[in-house]
Amino acid sequence: MRIGVLAVQGAYAEHEKMLRALGAECFEIRQQTDLSGQMDGLVLPGGESTVMGKLLRELGLFEPLREEIESGLPVLATCAGLILLAEKISGEEDRHFATLPVTVKRNAYGRQLGSFYTEAVMKHIGKVPMHFIRAPYVETAGSGAEVLAQVDGRIVAVRFRNQLGLAFHPEVSGDTRIHSYFLQSILSKSEA
Amino acid sequence: MENQREKSRYELNKELAQMLKGGVIMDVTTPEQARIAQEAGACAVMALERIPADIRAAGGVSRMSDPAMIRGIQEAVSIPVMAKCRIGHFAEAQILEAIEIDYIDESEVLSPADDVYHIDKTQFKVPFVCGARDLGEALRRIEEGASMIRTKGEPGTGDVIQAVRHMRQMNREIARIRSMREDELFECAKELQVSYDLVKYVHENGRLPVVNFAAGGVATPADAALMMQLGAEGVFVGSGIFKSGDPQKRAAAIVKAVTNYKDAKLLAELSENLGEAMVGINEQEIALLMAERGK
Repeated sequence: MRIGVLAVQGAYAEHEKMLRALGAECFEIRQQTDLSGQMDGLVLPGGESTVMGKLLRELGLFEPLREEIESGLPVLATCAGLILLAEKISGEEDRHFATLPVTVKRNAYGRQLGSFYTEAVMKHIGKVPMHFIRAPYVETAGSGAEVLAQVDGRIVAVRFRNQLGLAFHPEVSGDTRIHSYFLQSILSKSEA
Repeated sequence: MENQREKSRYELNKELAQMLKGGVIMDVTTPEQARIAQEAGACAVMALERIPADIRAAGGVSRMSDPAMIRGIQEAVSIPVMAKCRIGHFAEAQILEAIEIDYIDESEVLSPADDVYHIDKTQFKVPFVCGARDLGEALRRIEEGASMIRTKGEPGTGDVIQAVRHMRQMNREIARIRSMREDELFECAKELQVSYDLVKYVHENGRLPVVNFAAGGVATPADAALMMQLGAEGVFVGSGIFKSGDPQKRAAAIVKAVTNYKDAKLLAELSENLGEAMVGINEQEIALLMAERGK
């Protein structure tokens, strides 16, 4: 299994480490030529969504990746990645892939002083550690989007068809269950 | 619940630095510059009243910026906002924490407030980044609670030589510790004046326990690529952008150079027609070595 990890900015190395520990092959996506090989899944990591959104477009990655996601490529998106997928960003006109029917609120918990750690139940997986770092949350999830986790009554994990969007950072948690769940979903999709 | 949320504060602060990796942090002095930096792809901005080149030119005592000026920048952008306090000036740091800055740079660019003690950064909830010229300085700052390190380089010069020297020095010392026998680590900890645990971490992992950026003298996309290839995890650009002929274009080019730092063909394109780079000062021409501050 070959997973592409968007590596234009942010915590992509942490995702690769987790995926490799689970036996998946990873490659970094920094420019168009990186997209020439087989790709069974895509990770959109944490980082700054403004930076990633800009670089995606300027490096010619935006359209090819958007088409792949629309046509069903499994995606795991964390924090900034979730913002890249969201159909709407609260209070902003900008949007990026806009393939996930949710409205997200950026920096929803405020500045770094609002960052926090907690543990909560994620559907299909169980109780998982959650690192929220200047994190967004999902204000509203559209029809068809399955809510997988909530913290303090706010949606922090959703799934819509091939897309798994998280407001927190499993890649820094040392717990591989969410990545494992993502890889499992790719396997079951290819078997179906 | 609150307890659980708070006890991981230092981890969360280190993790914010992880999210900045592969990015460029730019010095800005006005909300307008902050917006230009954000549009150009900065992953964070450093709010300060005068960029290092002007601090050099002005001389005198250089202090924390006016909180109102920092607030203006916080309101102008959605990316993290950092600000500098003087080495050892914990009251300035308290003020920056009170205005909810995302990262404090306890910086040698400003005039030091204490020639013996650095700030006890473990007493703060907001994260700190500190400069270092070598591994000992880096680990001492981490011991004091820094959750991110940058090379000192020589700020405000546009001369990359010292950033290179500091990065190579750090790499050399990390390689040396990595190759030590375990029973040699105790002596090494004494030598570096840091705890055994930190030395052991470097021995086992071959890297600092926190993210390490390059800073001090980066002025071109090629400079940024050089530092990335030497192992920096991201780059601070201070005077290099807003002291140049076309800040917007240069800033965007440096951002892309950091992402594709190994692609020489792309770097060539990015380096084209950027207008005038900051004039710069050679290290032999400067009277004040900021990197000598805070050991």
